[in-house]
Amino acid sequence: MEEGVGCARVTSEVTGEEPTSTTETVLSERKESAMTARVGQKAPDFTAPAYYRGGFGPVKLSDFAGKWVLLCFYPGDFTFV
Amino acid sequence: MSAVADKYPVLQELGVEVISVSVDSHFVHKMWNEHELSKMVEGGVPFHMASDQSGNVGRAYGVWDETQGVEMRGRFIIDPDGIIQAIEVLAPPVGRRFAESVRQIQAFQHVRATGGKEAAPAGWEPGKMTLKPGPDLVGRVWEIWNPSME
Repeated sequence: MEEGVGCARVTSEVTGEEPTSTTETVLSERKESAMTARVGQKAPDFTAPAYYRGGFGPVKLSDFAGKWVLLCFYPGDFTFV
Repeated sequence: MSAVADKYPVLQELGVEVISVSVDSHFVHKMWNEHELSKMVEGGVPFHMASDQSGNVGRAYGVWDETQGVEMRGRFIIDPDGIIQAIEVLAPPVGRRFAESVRQIQAFQHVRATGGKEAAPAGWEPGKMTLKPGPDLVGRVWEIWNPSME
């Protein structure tokens, strides 16, 4: 992913398994649960735009293979906690 | 996130990388780091601050709050094989405790180093006794461990 400084909005994406456009509920539910993070299972890989030490560039989880990773989600910048 | 940024050297010593994720753009991350976080943590945030404006990553990790359009406070410990070893999810108003994440990482690293031959009982910290699961230990944990040791 090239990181321009233009106005086009780049966004995050989950990589790896592609979601299918099936209308069968059971199948799509199973697909969804396969992509949901669970202890003991592979962490869903993703690529996302990131700020890192003064610069911009994509970060990809699988680039950290071989290392321990602490992945922290939080509600938002400039929030109080 | 400033708590994690401040103690980043502790994580580096343990060979742990950090990625933080929120719905803010990477541009906003830059502003937050420059205008606030760098005033709490010397040098500012040293790890990748990822942007998940679509919520795609949050959904994959089960921490996406559909009604508010933000991520809940989800913390995942991922081992070198890319396997999730621990998950902690808090609702927005309460923050995490960094020391507990470190304790869990140390425990998982210890278990991994023993090839799974040892297990870390409740409250385990480095230096404390581990358990060696096996036929001999069944029904006899009480002989070597009790809750006061947590």
